[in-house]
Amino acid sequence: MSSAPGYPYDRELLRQNLKTLDQVPGVSKPDPILTADNVVRRFGGMTAVDVDHLEVQRGAITALIGPNGAGKTTFFNLVTGFDRPNGGSGSPAASWSFNGQTFNRPSATKVARSGMIRTFQLTKALTKMTVLENMLIGAANQPGENLFVGLVKPLWAKRERENIERAEELLKRFKLDAKRDDMAGGLSGGQKKLLEMARALMSNPSMIMLDEPMAGVNPALTQSLLAHIEQLRGEGTTVLFVEHDMHMVRHISDWVVVMAQGRIIAEGLPEDVMTSPAVVDAYLGAHHDRDLGDDDVMNTAMIRTIEAAVEQEAKEEAE
Amino acid sequence: MDFWTDLLQAILQTALSPITAAFVIAAIGLNIHFGFTGLMNIGQAGFMLVGGYGFVISVMYGVPLFLALLISVLASAAFALLLGIPTVKLRGDYLAIVTIGAAEILRMTARLANLTPFTGGPSGIQSPRFREQLNALSPLPEGRTSFLGLEYVNTGVDDWWTRILAWGLVAIFLVFTWLLIRSPWGRVLKGIREDEEAVRSLGKSPFSYKLQALIIGGVMGGFGGILMSLPAAINPDGMGRATTFNLWMIMLLGGAATILGPLLGSILFFVLRLVITSVASEYIPGHVLSAQQAEILAWILIGLMLMLLVIFRPQGILGNKKELAFNV
Repeated sequence: MSSAPGYPYDRELLRQNLKTLDQVPGVSKPDPILTADNVVRRFGGMTAVDVDHLEVQRGAITALIGPNGAGKTTFFNLVTGFDRPNGGSGSPAASWSFNGQTFNRPSATKVARSGMIRTFQLTKALTKMTVLENMLIGAANQPGENLFVGLVKPLWAKRERENIERAEELLKRFKLDAKRDDMAGGLSGGQKKLLEMARALMSNPSMIMLDEPMAGVNPALTQSLLAHIEQLRGEGTTVLFVEHDMHMVRHISDWVVVMAQGRIIAEGLPEDVMTSPAVVDAYLGAHHDRDLGDDDVMNTAMIRTIEAAVEQEAKEEAE
Repeated sequence: MDFWTDLLQAILQTALSPITAAFVIAAIGLNIHFGFTGLMNIGQAGFMLVGGYGFVISVMYGVPLFLALLISVLASAAFALLLGIPTVKLRGDYLAIVTIGAAEILRMTARLANLTPFTGGPSGIQSPRFREQLNALSPLPEGRTSFLGLEYVNTGVDDWWTRILAWGLVAIFLVFTWLLIRSPWGRVLKGIREDEEAVRSLGKSPFSYKLQALIIGGVMGGFGGILMSLPAAINPDGMGRATTFNLWMIMLLGGAATILGPLLGSILFFVLRLVITSVASEYIPGHVLSAQQAEILAWILIGLMLMLLVIFRPQGILGNKKELAFNV
């Protein structure tokens, strides 16, 4: 699709490359599409995000995981311009470069135009517009979005036809083509997630940022969402996503970044990073060897056992 | 029987009145603000005041007609920028507070006795004092014309020429709005109305679009103000809070986020008021309800109607329930 050639689309090759890297926070990647430096965000006395250095490999699926309150979404908001980093007193100013462009305190609009499109944890479908209109608004190249050009239909009708064609193609791929003329507000939660992802693809982004794409989606749809994300990667789009579902992280990501208390505490291959001591401490805790995503294991009795263990630990600590 | 023919006559007269047209145009502007972009402008009368006085004062100072129109447009646009730049980034309610406040400040300023040489103070400026250039443009012959039982001077003060201009402008603005809203530009506006953050995440700047919408709607308000002043006079109290609320009523009655809603709404609004007052004063004995009270009764009923409308048919007469914009 929209990226320069010369990096491995082949997943095995890419993974071979990533395997050679040191699995330490802030490690440099062979071909980073996004490099973030000194991104700090404080809310009052609380430091929500404090990332010294992070590189995201081009063409890979990178997962950003961490316990609740780790600052994942805040970091997302900062990078995509939906929030502004704090200028640290004494500390160097935040900056990040994406695809050769350097940003300091960009607006969300500018970030999106540079080819980094995000989705939201709580889907933002434009509910009182049709599915097709939702898609068309995602297109980046419509000259008719200028006030004066918009008044003269011949100036934008051709591009509109091309965009409709592309929108229909994407809708078909996400199995929304039957809903084309329905109001987006009438879609189910999962369909809204799909629509949001399809809409983000209208502008051919070189990187897509998914904020908890699986939250509130039923298992069947999860599978198809996973397939869509892998297909994106296959087409050369870089994917960075925030997720809680360990299954999914292990299943599709090429690289995992772990955040806790605003900092990046570990980076590495999905199969290795879970066993790194820092991650076990901060995130997975004593029960990391249990598959929390598996319903057979994670039953009520298991939850009680964990709770009891936690209480016991708390008591011991208090004493 | 006389009563009913007279009433029909009066209805026709009201429906064709330039004041009705002025309200249509200002309501189209308000519809662009609220119906299509979701901007809560509760000071559309302020835009009318700026546009109206911008034109009248320029003409009184001897500025040529078209330059005066340009000044009026620029004044409305500047007013929109002044109100918009600090507020459109904030939540919608802030714009509502700022617009209603600014409109009141303007009205109070315009009616200051100290400013009488410019604005005419509380009594305003009579239209013969600023209409000469406009009348000179009239292609109509001298004399009076009777049409459908309505008789006015061809060119004068309350005349056919003003009516032609006013409804011609209505037609132009309706077509203009239709062109805008069907364009991708209009689609982005609707997107902003639905969810600004989503539109921002797709690489459009809601700030810029909202300002453009505010300016366009405001300039239309300004034209409404000019037309309001043509048949009789411009005066500050004619463009106060009541005018703004009537415009909201007109827009909601016809249907927010529709093209023809303001046209239908405005005609219906004025005709309804007329019918209520006429019927009340004809059939209810004077000692129960005087003519003055009938006027007040009409307002009460219209207020009641607005409430019922918002509760039971929030999309208005022409609106599409699926796309109703009234979700504040």
